[in-house]
Amino acid sequence: MHEMSICESIVNVIEQQAVAQGFSRVKCVRLEIGPLAGVELEALRFCFDVVCKGGLAEGAVLEVIEVAINAWCMQCAEKTDVKQRYDPCPKCGSHQVQITGGDELRIKEMEVE
Amino acid sequence: MCTVCGCAEGEVKIEGGHGHHHDHSPDHDHHHYGKGPAHAHAPGLSQARMVQIETDILAKNNEYASANRAELARREVLALNLVSSPGSGKTTLLTRSIEDMKGETPIAVIEGDQQTANDAERIRATGVPAIQVNTGKGCHLDGHMVGHALEHLDIRDGVLFIENVGNLVCPAGFDLGEAHKVVILSVTEGEDKPIKYPDMFHAADLMVLTKTDLLPHLDFDVEKCIGYARRVNPKIKILQLSAKSGEGLDEWYGWIKASQMMNKIGN
Repeated sequence: MHEMSICESIVNVIEQQAVAQGFSRVKCVRLEIGPLAGVELEALRFCFDVVCKGGLAEGAVLEVIEVAINAWCMQCAEKTDVKQRYDPCPKCGSHQVQITGGDELRIKEMEVE
Repeated sequence: MCTVCGCAEGEVKIEGGHGHHHDHSPDHDHHHYGKGPAHAHAPGLSQARMVQIETDILAKNNEYASANRAELARREVLALNLVSSPGSGKTTLLTRSIEDMKGETPIAVIEGDQQTANDAERIRATGVPAIQVNTGKGCHLDGHMVGHALEHLDIRDGVLFIENVGNLVCPAGFDLGEAHKVVILSVTEGEDKPIKYPDMFHAADLMVLTKTDLLPHLDFDVEKCIGYARRVNPKIKILQLSAKSGEGLDEWYGWIKASQMMNKIGN
């Protein structure tokens, strides 16, 4: 999903933070991305390099922390383990599963100078 | 994937786009988005250090969306974000709905397409105001584009239909400030689309199955499709209709009216 515009949003945040926190170069950007965020990591890396070209994050390393999916089965009334939005609860087979985490799309931190 | 279509390459145009607030050369009279990185530099320290950011990457879009939501609430307008694949019959459903509803409530439309104002012209032929937003190479509308389009629409106490770019992937992630996302699926498509594109069906509050007049000629299994949609989104509401035969349209108008009422109470 729209990796190019996501990278442009990342660069926007970097530029705002550069002014707010007083830095002029970004060496590394660490993102938290959940498996349900709809982001293709390879595409994201490709776009990141392209979008950063000529700016203060040119050549920066993109590190991705993959976040686990958290889900709650309403039938079992307990945490359950699913891999996709349409997976049933592996214990009871119900689709009444609420995803409570795994769609994160966040900039966690940056290494700057 | 937008890496192929090259999302947000700065070719967005909004019809009648005067009075917009971005810096760019004066020979342009339409809206541009996604110009790419400005080459900002800031005085800084020479030593490497870690800075904690903890920011949602789409936070900026969400800010625009919140501003739109507040403006829509102020004007008592119910905004519906219509999403689907290309060719599902969104514009046909819209023109029919407008013809049937325009005597009862003010209606306006924001049309998103990569190019052409054809759809906005189809809508304007029904007599209601429509603004076309061309996203250029972009694959979705975002909160910013919709905010500017709203400036050009003088609608109060009515319904705003936002017809998103035909795409079942990208528009799922972008809040526009709407009250509901409505996903439209025609029965000439595959019944397994809800699990092929789960993010969109998860994000939607209502699924509208269109072109049901064609069901006798197709192998489309309606129950199976509904089952798939509920797997991805147990709370999704489902309507079946044909804009051509008129079957099921009363339920659709009923849903819109009920949402309009709930929207007002909620504000």
